[in-house]
Amino acid sequence: MIYQGKVHKYGRDIDTDVIIPARYLNTSDPKELGKHALEDLDSGFISKVLQGDILIADENFGCGSSREHAPIAIKAAGISCVIAKSFARIFYRNSINMGLPILECLEAVDGISAGDEVKVDTNTGEITNLSTGEVFKAASFPDFIQGIMEKGGLISYLKSKVEAEGN
Amino acid sequence: MGMTITEKILASHAGKDKVKPGELINVRLDLVLGNDVTAPIAIREFKKIGMKKVFNKNKVALVPDHYTPNKDIKSAEQAKILRDFSNEQGIINYFEIGRMGIEHALLPELGLVLPGDAVIGADSHTCTYGALGAFSTGVGSTDLAAGMATGEVWLKVPSTIKFIYKGKLNKWVSGKDLILYTIGKIGVDGALYKSMEFTGEVIESLSIDNRFTIANMAIEAGGKNGIIEPDETTLAYVKERARRDFKVYKSDDDAEYERVYEYNADDIEPQVAFPHLPSNTKGISETGNVKIDQVVIGSCTNGRLEDLRIAAEILKDKKVHKDIRLIVIPATQKIYKQAISEGLVDIFVDAEAAVSTPTCGPCLGGHMGILAEGERALATTNRNFVGRMGHPKSEVYLCNPAVAAASAILGRIASPKEIVGSG
Repeated sequence: MIYQGKVHKYGRDIDTDVIIPARYLNTSDPKELGKHALEDLDSGFISKVLQGDILIADENFGCGSSREHAPIAIKAAGISCVIAKSFARIFYRNSINMGLPILECLEAVDGISAGDEVKVDTNTGEITNLSTGEVFKAASFPDFIQGIMEKGGLISYLKSKVEAEGN
Repeated sequence: MGMTITEKILASHAGKDKVKPGELINVRLDLVLGNDVTAPIAIREFKKIGMKKVFNKNKVALVPDHYTPNKDIKSAEQAKILRDFSNEQGIINYFEIGRMGIEHALLPELGLVLPGDAVIGADSHTCTYGALGAFSTGVGSTDLAAGMATGEVWLKVPSTIKFIYKGKLNKWVSGKDLILYTIGKIGVDGALYKSMEFTGEVIESLSIDNRFTIANMAIEAGGKNGIIEPDETTLAYVKERARRDFKVYKSDDDAEYERVYEYNADDIEPQVAFPHLPSNTKGISETGNVKIDQVVIGSCTNGRLEDLRIAAEILKDKKVHKDIRLIVIPATQKIYKQAISEGLVDIFVDAEAAVSTPTCGPCLGGHMGILAEGERALATTNRNFVGRMGHPKSEVYLCNPAVAAASAILGRIASPKEIVGSG
């Protein structure tokens, strides 16, 4: 898949409590969650973000709680993919499982600024900064994980297996 | 080359003789867990897969503990999804209010998690059960859905970091201080994707309640799991609870560790994590004069009987400071009842604390003790992120139950020594 959009950039250790505060966890409705994405980190985020925009952060993005509401909120807010130096492990799993594309790329995080226009090819891992012309290469996923991502997430992956087995 | 306890448990549950760090495996699960925040999404996703029944109705646990007793109409709707699904599926281990406890205190207490088990839970503190020598890790709702459907989870075998604690614990220093000290040293991503194995003479001397506290916070260093080899203390705890067979695994002498850290407990005083990261730790002697508005003693980290006993020891015949709200939350009904029969609840109420039915409540800023703008809480909980307990401009400090109790009396972050002398 190819994604293109404007970059919103944040720092390290962005935790799931600021991605979606617990006061909104009494619902699991993506639309409702999307309205409050990153609210406690940047109250202006929701009004800035346009459909397809790209989120960039430093190390350990998504640390803390296991709430899948975090990638759901980010996706529902309009973010097409997230690039970070590293992801906290539950956030990493959740994003793959629910179909939010994520990429780990140290150089891209350092080489891209907020407001830059960026194109991401999740098949090749190529990240192009259209504002500067620079090209970066993200680490590739293991085949098994690639398989889940190609199906659009773990549930579609399992569903296709169940259907194939006639279960 | 031998294997670590984590590698052995994963290998046995993947049907393999041996596994190596980095290997992707499918792990058969002994228990999958969800709560009222994570299970509603999992149940929605489960229904999409097209399977009618969960893989094993005895191996799924659903614990509505976060916003219960129901905080508001929306929370009531979420909790109802768990109740209806449990009825429909015949899930035995669904725990209604009155039988419910905080999941990570409740499941071990009931013998539902045992040494050698492989467990996933859609709650990041699922790593708590490592205290019993089980492999357990937090996942999200979709993993829970898949786990309920298939009884399996895909995992990358983590490499292991070994933590050795030597020496002797100082007075008022507990498992909470060891883990806060450790996170302070290695950082909130110091064990990212890794297994944390806690060993050494200090760990061996610790009670099971203190071990739960340590394993519980492995996630705060980014760890996949935290684990302690079972010993006589573990077996004494599980023997009276286990209703099925279990297996004790131990790390081989020649197991491979990515890294080894060694700490001397003699150097460790009670720790306080300042806002807004659990790694932002200071020794109690370095905290300065920090005035607080609320103290919370409870949570899956420190809401067990021993935690309440220590708090009561300090609060006995004292009063909570006039500017402080002290909230005490026993983690399970059994702990609550024991605290009543031992007279601990009398001590708390006489000290003018609020004592609550089990709930995660304030720990995650859910309900039962939310902070206003500019307020500060000192809590025995596990996270002090921005807005964790309420307003985005409130603050949370983390500590052990003794420091929490002493501070509730004095109205500022304080050492228990100020209340009971050097002991």
